[in-house]
Amino acid sequence: MNAENNVIEINGLTKRFKEVLAVDELSFEVHSGDVFGFLGPNGAGKSTTIRMILSLIRPTSGTIKIFGKTLNENRKEILTNIGAIVEKPDFYLYLPAIKNLEILAKISGKEVSESRIMELLELVGLKDRAKSKVKTYSHGMKQRLGIAQTLLHNPQLIVLDEPTTGLDPQGMKEIRDLIIKLSKEEKKTIFLSSHILSEIELVANRMIIINKGSKIVEGEVNKLLNSNILKVTVEVDSSKAALKILQNTIWYNNIESITENKFSINIEQKVIPDLNKYLVENGIMVNALIPVRSLEDYFLSITSGAK
Amino acid sequence: MIFTLVRIELLKIFRKWRTYIGFIAIGILVPLLHLAMYLEGQNSIDFVTRGLKDSFILVGNLLNGYWISYIILNALTVHIPFLITLVAADLLAGEATAGTYRILVTRPISRMQIVTSKFLAGMIYTTSLMLFLAIMSLVVGLIIFGSGELIVTGSQSIIILEKSDILWRFLLAYGFAILSMTVVCSLAILFSSLVENAIGPIVSTMAVIIIFIILSAFNVEILRELRPYLFTSYILNWREFFNDPMDLADITKAVSVLSGHIIVFFIATSFIFQKKDILS
Repeated sequence: MNAENNVIEINGLTKRFKEVLAVDELSFEVHSGDVFGFLGPNGAGKSTTIRMILSLIRPTSGTIKIFGKTLNENRKEILTNIGAIVEKPDFYLYLPAIKNLEILAKISGKEVSESRIMELLELVGLKDRAKSKVKTYSHGMKQRLGIAQTLLHNPQLIVLDEPTTGLDPQGMKEIRDLIIKLSKEEKKTIFLSSHILSEIELVANRMIIINKGSKIVEGEVNKLLNSNILKVTVEVDSSKAALKILQNTIWYNNIESITENKFSINIEQKVIPDLNKYLVENGIMVNALIPVRSLEDYFLSITSGAK
Repeated sequence: MIFTLVRIELLKIFRKWRTYIGFIAIGILVPLLHLAMYLEGQNSIDFVTRGLKDSFILVGNLLNGYWISYIILNALTVHIPFLITLVAADLLAGEATAGTYRILVTRPISRMQIVTSKFLAGMIYTTSLMLFLAIMSLVVGLIIFGSGELIVTGSQSIIILEKSDILWRFLLAYGFAILSMTVVCSLAILFSSLVENAIGPIVSTMAVIIIFIILSAFNVEILRELRPYLFTSYILNWREFFNDPMDLADITKAVSVLSGHIIVFFIATSFIFQKKDILS
């Protein structure tokens, strides 16, 4: 992937709030057309990074390039092509939804027609409540209005910071479907921050995981998911007996979280049958071998490992 | 873009309930003062002219709209600044409280444009409040009490202005009052840029005004030297327009000092807002 294809290029980005190092030498790239998952546990530095990308806060050091241009020197031009929700979608509560969108359209740097506003309100299912004051909206409705405001000026890059927070499962699915639609049909680049890993797993093609302000891993979601090492939960009649059998094998050091009838082991996928055979041949009754290969487990393992 | 931003700011200001507190307060207080003057105003006139009656025969309508408007303008020191601060202090801090800084600052507009539009909208609000005060006190006063000569009492003199010589003085006085109240508005916006809640800037602005007034009141050498630098020393200089002759040098100095304060407060607010990390 060449640099020309990068929508976002972050290099050595650092933010320090007095004694607290919120983001530490962070570097990554988002390519054109990506649905880029930005993962990290709460307090990892995700929102601080997003705020720096959107020029809400100033980096202590490092550079941010968006659409190939440095943010500092080209802020206005860059922001014309970005739509964003940062943390939660806040609006002028005392104004109707349509008036909020009209205000934001006027300062979006592009011509936005009345019909476009109505079209977006219809897209997010708020057309019937367009004239209601936002203070009468539920959290889910505000979240959907937030999505509408990001799309007002038809931006190339959409930054969504925890867009499904507080939504019910149906609302979460609607947002996910919308993200997929925007990516596939409208070819938008989407920067999606979340601590809900299943959300990223379902929609993102590339991702970065950060913790304590630093990058843990970056890459394609598929490749990270297809890591050869799996965590396998082994259900047996007696963990104590099984561990005794495994004591002299190379697998023993990879065993963790042991209970009376269950233990977990990190092994390569291809040797799972060998493990099963070895245990059975040595008189251990194996009730189940459950491999776990979800991004969530991957995420949890590396973030806890980084602590 | 700046006109669009100012229009948006005015929409936000005039869609908020708190904006109308000032108008409602003036709309209630001024008619009450009119009523009080209607019932008891002659006693006040008699008190003011008690020393003159021995030497002069006073004829005509001295209890008139001009005199009442002149009395009401004295409320500029503390009361009107409070009403202005209620709105101005919310201009930036209100965005932080509501979390709307995020949708504003992530648009392709500069922070300087945001501050400028807030200042201009604040000035327009201040002007509209002062014009409302002028209408309520002067226009309604003239309708109820009619016109007449204006008696202005100084520390060592009493000036009686002919009724044909008054209206232009009021126009200039209200113009000056708008300028002095704009200083209050600018100070409140400056404080508003520092915090994320409007209560702090309201209290701070009023505290500054009250402290400056107290400092001005003490007749001590060191405080006398400080007085020319305090904007509160000039708030009541609109009275100069009712002097005969007017001290133009004094008026020019007051206008310069007040304008200087507005410029300094604007520059300070812009600088703070440019550097501000939006964390709300």
